[in-house]
Amino acid sequence: MSSRLASIAYNTYREAVRDRVLYNLVVFALLLVTAALLVGQISIGIERVVMVNLGFTAITFFGVAIAIFIGIGLVSKEIEKKTLYTVLARPVRRWEFILGKFLGLVGTLAVNTLFMALGFFAALFFLVRDFERSDVSLFAALYFIVLQLVIVTAVALLFSSFSSPLLSAVLSLSLFVIGNFAQDLRAFASLMTGVSRWLALAVAYVLPNLSSFNVVSSVAHSQPVPVALVLWNTAYALLYAGAAVAGAVLVFDRRNLK
Amino acid sequence: MRSSKRITVLFAAVVILAMAGSVLVVRRLDGARLRAEEDRALYLSDPKLLKRLSLGYSGLMADIYWTRAVQYFGSRHKEGARDYPLLYPLLDVTTQLDPHLVVAYQFGGVFLAQHPPDGAGQPDKAAEFVERGIRANPDAWRLYFNLGYIHYIERKDYVAARDAFERGSRVPGAHPALKLLAAASAQQAGTPEAARLLWSSVYESTEDQSVKANAARHLIALRVDEEVPQLEALVQRFRDNTGRMPSNFHEMVAAGWLRELPRDPTGLPYVLRDDGRVEVQSPEGLPYITKGLPPGYQSGPVGIKLQK
Amino acid sequence: MYAIETVALEKLYVSGFWRKKKIALHPLTLAVEEGEVFGYLGPNGAGKTTTLKLLMGLVFPTRGTAKILGMPVDDSRVKSQIGFLPEQPYFYDYLTAHELLDYYAQLSGITSKDRRRRVEAVLDRVGLPDVGRQQLRKFSKGMLQRVGIAQAIIHDPRIVFLDEPMSGLDPIGRREVRDLIQALKDEGKTIFFSTHILSDAEALCDRVAVLHKGELRGVGVVADLTARTSGKVEIIWNGAEAIPDITARGWELRQTADTARALVPETEVDAALDILRRNHARLVSLNPVRTTLEDYFVERLGAPAAEVTR
Repeated sequence: MSSRLASIAYNTYREAVRDRVLYNLVVFALLLVTAALLVGQISIGIERVVMVNLGFTAITFFGVAIAIFIGIGLVSKEIEKKTLYTVLARPVRRWEFILGKFLGLVGTLAVNTLFMALGFFAALFFLVRDFERSDVSLFAALYFIVLQLVIVTAVALLFSSFSSPLLSAVLSLSLFVIGNFAQDLRAFASLMTGVSRWLALAVAYVLPNLSSFNVVSSVAHSQPVPVALVLWNTAYALLYAGAAVAGAVLVFDRRNLK
Repeated sequence: MRSSKRITVLFAAVVILAMAGSVLVVRRLDGARLRAEEDRALYLSDPKLLKRLSLGYSGLMADIYWTRAVQYFGSRHKEGARDYPLLYPLLDVTTQLDPHLVVAYQFGGVFLAQHPPDGAGQPDKAAEFVERGIRANPDAWRLYFNLGYIHYIERKDYVAARDAFERGSRVPGAHPALKLLAAASAQQAGTPEAARLLWSSVYESTEDQSVKANAARHLIALRVDEEVPQLEALVQRFRDNTGRMPSNFHEMVAAGWLRELPRDPTGLPYVLRDDGRVEVQSPEGLPYITKGLPPGYQSGPVGIKLQK
Repeated sequence: MYAIETVALEKLYVSGFWRKKKIALHPLTLAVEEGEVFGYLGPNGAGKTTTLKLLMGLVFPTRGTAKILGMPVDDSRVKSQIGFLPEQPYFYDYLTAHELLDYYAQLSGITSKDRRRRVEAVLDRVGLPDVGRQQLRKFSKGMLQRVGIAQAIIHDPRIVFLDEPMSGLDPIGRREVRDLIQALKDEGKTIFFSTHILSDAEALCDRVAVLHKGELRGVGVVADLTARTSGKVEIIWNGAEAIPDITARGWELRQTADTARALVPETEVDAALDILRRNHARLVSLNPVRTTLEDYFVERLGAPAAEVTR
């Protein structure tokens, strides 16, 4: 079973790599280098802060874009092109297929983020000429970005298992944006009363709560990231993504592949 | 021939358990995240940048920051904090994003001015903040009221209070009480009647529940502040008439001096001391009273405090 | 135990806001023996692909059962014994032929020791020995079809399901696929393929079923169906002089320069030969005309739904 999972995951990864979507890395690297040069000219004293904010925001946006772009097609493209039929005619369970696709895309995104991070560190070094000990927290911030991408991918996969690519893209992107404000929605809900309060709370908990993954501004000011936060965020990402992928399996398992 | 029941049950269980787990983890995260959250609030406090970032949805962003300000105050207050350093920055961002969010100015007017732990203890800043709100919303008569209250109660600057109430009373559609308050400020600076007028107006004009409750407690305290001297004066008259102090209020009721046993607003009977002083039985239930305090208690802006 | 067996297998689609019902497949009862080449015939939209998808477990039946080798179709033990080529397939075009087949071999559980060998062997078998390293996006339709058959047989399944395996192929390609199917049959495999090209079915199949508008209209043994003669004899000769007499008899005639061809009822063959002899015509051939599968097909299409016995 696990070798089938690995095969599907690796194949998904291979498809993403050869799809040339990942050549955004080159674009990204160029953008960063340009930004680094500009930033060096115009904001004295806070180059590091601005660079970290810019760079990490860009890494997040690129990552989310790829996660959605590829994620929405994970299932629907296979159905449309009928490649799925020959796979499922083999001793491959439907849940193995979904899980394999998910792992493949997560792997792709991890590798992608890694390369973007390398580009970022190179640009940062070019700008400030030395690293500080507190830069270790930058890795935590990057890790949190990857966790966010895992969640977004799971959500995109869930939508892909039953709706069209366009709708999946819109819904996934919306969930990502709103997810960043889910904590505010919960605060809002605590000011309400009655039915609307429970409704708002329910929605706020079902949405992906992404605010705790955003430590970019803290690490930009060289503040450390508490270990507890790392652990809890990891737990949340695994649980939420797990729920979404399991949901995708449930939908896909009973779908008539017309 | 459908998907096996086992798979369905297993994965459905995963969905339910994982979502439940995620809810629990989110609540844990609320605690762990607080530090990082505050810094983020700090960083984004360049409102112009924020305005541009929100791509024209600055009203929505203002609402979000407003919610955060309320949340910030509420959670810190529950923990018994003694300062609220981020309250002003959050409200500042809120009102820069949406200068017409009057309720934010009102909130700031109350909770920036009050002494800790019920407020940030920054009355000057509060006054300045509300003035800003008035500049952006000259027809919001409620704000003049907030301003006057800050000057009267927290800063004890009765001239400024009079000015504020007077300006407010000139706004078309303003509550008539503003005129009274202006007059009261000028003539009766520092007397309970003016104070009661003030607090009644607060109670009636605000829609914020916490501010309303606060005003109600002040009004109850004012009743005590009036009743206690009245009762003490009555006791003195009894002494003058009969030549001796009454031993308790029952005696005065029996003698026809009082219709019934006098009770404080919480329902507990007043206590008569040998020296003619009237006290409340349970000062903890009546914050903000300045009269009728048993010995050892001190009235302060925070309420009753037991002196050690 | 049958290789493939369906009992009252039915598929009903409910779609749209008004819950429109569409019957894709009426209750289908069918059985295919092991080692048979079974043709599943029908015009486009008859429900052939639906049946195949039901057998592959891609679509779930509304009612009825389907079994392969005695086991329910969604049993994973079944999946290792079958191969499937869908209609107009498309494969991951960013892969090379080797990578694709290797991937499918992995999924079928072939160990890495065997995989290399098998991939090479199956590519040879389908007539694509040298293209292993090329990306599939560069393949022609015929080449893709052959890759498709390769993936369907690489794990040496007992039953092979093909949906319109000849579609899009030129005559040479079709010939090659026909030979391949025949070779598979010689190995003892069961072949179940759907098509609307009757000549292919006639050449390859042991038995056929005719499907129309979701209903089974008939099942028959090809040899029996084409053994019958239609009661006519075809005579071809050289010699234009005979023609007026032949036409005078009212028989169907076609002429090209000096050669002519006539369809003569069996009972009047002697009379026709007399005419030719009288006119000194030179006989080229004389053959009874057999019923074709096409005749059976057309006849069955017009018939009501058959109460079919196996």
